[in-house]
Amino acid sequence: MGLRDQLAIPRDVIATVKNPEHRWMAVCRGTGCSSSASAEVRQALCDELDARGLSDEVEIRRTGCFGFCEAGPIVVVHPEETFYTHVTPGDAEAIIEEHVVGGKPVEGLLYRDIATDTAVERWHEIGFYGKQQRILLSNCGIIDPENIGHYLAFDGYSALEKVLTEMTAEEVIEEVIDSGLRGRGGAGFPAGLKWRFARQTQSWPKYVICNADEGDPGAFMDRSVLEGDPHSVVEGMIIAGYAIGAQDGYIYCRAEYPLAIRRLEIALEQARELGVLGENILGSGFSFDIIVKEGAGAFVCGEETALMASIQGERGQPWPRPPYPAVAGLWGQPSNVNNVKSYAYTPRIIIKGADWFKSVGTEESPGTAVFALTGMVNCTGLIEVAMGITLREIIYEVGGGIPMGREFKAVQTGGPLGGCLPKEHLDTPVDFDSLVAAGSVMGSGGMIVADETTCMVEFAQYFMQFVCDESCGKCPPCRIGSTRMLEVLQRITDGEGEEGDLDEIRRIARGMEQGSLCALGQLAPAPVMSTLLHFEDEYKAHIEEGCCPAGSCRALITYEIDPDLCTGCMLCARKCPSEAISGEKREPHVIDTDLCERCGLCKEVCRFDAIVVN
Amino acid sequence: MGTANNTAVDVSLMDQVFEKYREQQGALIPILQKAQGIYGYLPPEILQLVASRLGVALGKVYGVATFYSQFYLEQRGKHMLRLCDGTACHVRGTTRLMTAIEEEYGIRPGETTEDGELSLEVVYCLGSCALAPVAVLDEQVMGRLRPETLLQQVSNHISSQQVMA
Amino acid sequence: MNVTLTINGKEVVAPEGSTILEAAGLADIKIPTLCHHPDLTNVGACRMCVVSVEKARTVQTACTTPVAEGMVVNTESEAARETRKFVLEMLLTDHPNECMTCEVNGECQLQDLAYDYGVTWPEHSGVLHAYDIDPDPNPFVFIDRNKCIVCGRCVRACGEIQNRDVWTFAQRGFKTRLVAGADQFMLDANCESCGQCVAYCPVGALFDKMSLGLGRPNQVTKVRTTCSYCGVGCTFDLNVRDGKIVRVSSAEDSAVNGLSLCVKGRYGYDYVHHPDRLTRPLVRAKWLANVESKVETGQWRAYDPDRPISDSESLVETDWDTALDVVASKFTEVKETYGNDAFAVLASAKCTNEENYLFNKFTRQVLGTNTIDHCARL
Repeated sequence: MGLRDQLAIPRDVIATVKNPEHRWMAVCRGTGCSSSASAEVRQALCDELDARGLSDEVEIRRTGCFGFCEAGPIVVVHPEETFYTHVTPGDAEAIIEEHVVGGKPVEGLLYRDIATDTAVERWHEIGFYGKQQRILLSNCGIIDPENIGHYLAFDGYSALEKVLTEMTAEEVIEEVIDSGLRGRGGAGFPAGLKWRFARQTQSWPKYVICNADEGDPGAFMDRSVLEGDPHSVVEGMIIAGYAIGAQDGYIYCRAEYPLAIRRLEIALEQARELGVLGENILGSGFSFDIIVKEGAGAFVCGEETALMASIQGERGQPWPRPPYPAVAGLWGQPSNVNNVKSYAYTPRIIIKGADWFKSVGTEESPGTAVFALTGMVNCTGLIEVAMGITLREIIYEVGGGIPMGREFKAVQTGGPLGGCLPKEHLDTPVDFDSLVAAGSVMGSGGMIVADETTCMVEFAQYFMQFVCDESCGKCPPCRIGSTRMLEVLQRITDGEGEEGDLDEIRRIARGMEQGSLCALGQLAPAPVMSTLLHFEDEYKAHIEEGCCPAGSCRALITYEIDPDLCTGCMLCARKCPSEAISGEKREPHVIDTDLCERCGLCKEVCRFDAIVVN
Repeated sequence: MGTANNTAVDVSLMDQVFEKYREQQGALIPILQKAQGIYGYLPPEILQLVASRLGVALGKVYGVATFYSQFYLEQRGKHMLRLCDGTACHVRGTTRLMTAIEEEYGIRPGETTEDGELSLEVVYCLGSCALAPVAVLDEQVMGRLRPETLLQQVSNHISSQQVMA
Repeated sequence: MNVTLTINGKEVVAPEGSTILEAAGLADIKIPTLCHHPDLTNVGACRMCVVSVEKARTVQTACTTPVAEGMVVNTESEAARETRKFVLEMLLTDHPNECMTCEVNGECQLQDLAYDYGVTWPEHSGVLHAYDIDPDPNPFVFIDRNKCIVCGRCVRACGEIQNRDVWTFAQRGFKTRLVAGADQFMLDANCESCGQCVAYCPVGALFDKMSLGLGRPNQVTKVRTTCSYCGVGCTFDLNVRDGKIVRVSSAEDSAVNGLSLCVKGRYGYDYVHHPDRLTRPLVRAKWLANVESKVETGQWRAYDPDRPISDSESLVETDWDTALDVVASKFTEVKETYGNDAFAVLASAKCTNEENYLFNKFTRQVLGTNTIDHCARL
């Protein structure tokens, strides 16, 4: 009998969760679906069940994110795994009446495949999920993240038990090194090696820190893991604590993730109650506890030394390495900092073994990659794919291609510190090293697709603006360099670019890369440099010809009305904030270019596509 | 949200906060977060109080409070509109939303309308990228916004709250 | 324990735990610095001291990187020099082009480094900070934030040496701004006007207000002297121009105090040239012989022109020999008339230990009393 069996485990809950016949409905309560009213959907479903006296027979389960946020709110009816999209509270009646009682899926709520325009009934038959391989997200959408019993039902905390009863700390580290797990924070440093360094430092106390300060605009992988499967992170951290000899853990989570923080707090409380966290875990003599620290709005705190400064209650400014955190980190003590996903993989690796993990993905980058696929792509959301899949497969098969028949232009990975890759690189395999070789980075998992209407100079400018806002200000290359770089980009998109500006950009970029204190400043020029590498012509068009080929830079475009398409409905003229549009009713309208502020509102409201951008 | 102007700050509300974090090392940031939760912003007397209770220089508290974008040293409008300018939202048109708000309410990011009703703030990524462009009005998340739907929702929200008051 | 490393091809033995900068110092290899100061903790902020270290991905700051056995360092690599030039150029893009009138011209580390690396003031169309100049009403410290390079030496000097924590950085990024307390006036933010921040400022962002416009480093003669205010014995440099003290500057090589001084030592020098200052001993006319003839010949002088020296209570400016003779004769008189214990002696905190020792000897052995105390106990 294992240690775990001595605990007050909710066995009935586990039995129910594991029963393949069990009739239940998953209502996604991730942040995405919650913001499209999934709470109301859940309530409506409960009310409908109550009204029919079916509450005891059908479980309504609030789950973590399904990833397909585009289609939210999502409801999945089990055991058939019927996948309903865009569910409104008003649909509850149909789902209960037709599906639960009548046994027939509600046709109108099923997902319709973009290519074939046919209804797809089951979850895993949907194209978005076809190429995915959900290891890290395997519990998301299945378990109730606020119920530790559900986590236990899927082998939860059995890795911890195994570690505490059968493995020495060295063996744990060996297993993680052997698995080839590379840190999912972006740099891809082997997680096990980091643990070994922290273990080797002879100084106590030591700290295990989870970096959940997911600040990349356009990225929400860590949030979904924390919201959907918080215990996996907690368990991974406890195991790391055991491995390096630490008793204290911190989860540094951005304050913009209130739901993730709440679920974490619940998970920690339940874990303590069960005895898998706190003093003398599972009677092993090993003690470990975790405190959640909320960030306060600073992207730079995703940098590990800045993160530790922030935990210490200071301005989140990085300090130079070496010494590395494994030697002198939080409060000068040895500390191990890993990303949310790195910890969440750990229990799975311990249970299934290093060889299993290596069997997924590529040799140098084993395992899966989790991306937040966003931007100009049909199916946006959170995806998990085996390392080695190509960008093309992700964008066109998982993401369903570019909407409105537009042309793919570039894909940005790694957020403001990553790079853009154009269509020539679509067949690049997605893994740590191939992306670097192609001129981008894995990053922590943001993947943004840009189409032909995206101006790459403006795109680069956007990221540089971000860096300017988020630079901590400690070192001159980043503090001043980013400002100067932004000024050059600004004048280019303003149509005031000068000869020599591109050289100036390259020079500042080199100085920042070489001279900045931390990764923020060192990598900040990457979006600019990669767009300059792949889209130099577009930069030149702005500077030399004074035009924005994507038709996006306000200073360089004009709006016109196509008289053949304009019906004279007057909508644009009424909406125009600068009263630049005139014309008689049912007659083609005209835009006064001098008055036009180029806000694009007319194009937004025109129902006849009569507004043309030049 | 913030209380009306010129109200005296009741510093005793902070006692429970100091009590809660008495044992915790490096608790300055969570204490400031709780304080902002109570007062809606960080009034000068509270910065002073936190400094003296934690035994640190006022400058240190001020340095931290101004470093992180979450903290406000001034009172904000009754309603807070946060426009997400994360990458996904940006490529899906946050700039147009910003323009629309500026034209309708005359405020730019970081500003509050003269009547104290609405504050505008731009944030990087609310993590609802799939619903881009996204905004949060007080606690309410609004997704897939267009300028006219945003203006509509903002005006509805403000007027409904006024009716309630 | 020592480690052996190579710097610029030279083998250097340095204690374990020392930084590359310290190790280079042992080998007389100079590495440029800005935010570093040996009295303060190292923060690696300014990036001037970057050096190339074999096997490191990027250049490393010499002030923070610990030495390691077998480490190979190149302080003058192309990457290091290029980075320094870039840093200087960036700093200058946000720095006023005012060396012509700057107080610290000639004693400015930024200026010196720009010279060493051949970086000129860059013309550009971007933003430059335009803060109000000297907005703080305090009487001693002049503040020009436009010249601030955000190195944080003042912040650390105030916190680490003076333990006052007046200064802090507010905001972040390009908006990072040096403020006192919660953006208050210095005197409202715990400042005791020691001027340490000025002493550690490598540029002209903080300066001594009383000295503005009175003489730049190359226009003054520095006279090393010992402070006369108390017995600590701080030394500093009187900055003298045309026979007048225009500033007191503390000196790193002051054995007792280094760059530290108190408000009196640093700013309390105006008495030197004050018209009310007594420069000769005053003795009442009634104790002096031949007063009138000596005043007539100009040897002595009436202290108060409105009071005739015929008035026996009037004060006369004499010379030290005369004055001390009067004192000695009066001491003898008291001693003979009333005995040794008629004396009580108070020594001064402004005297040095040696002076107070001598005074003690004098009291016990010459005056013959044990009744001696010290003004600091009053």
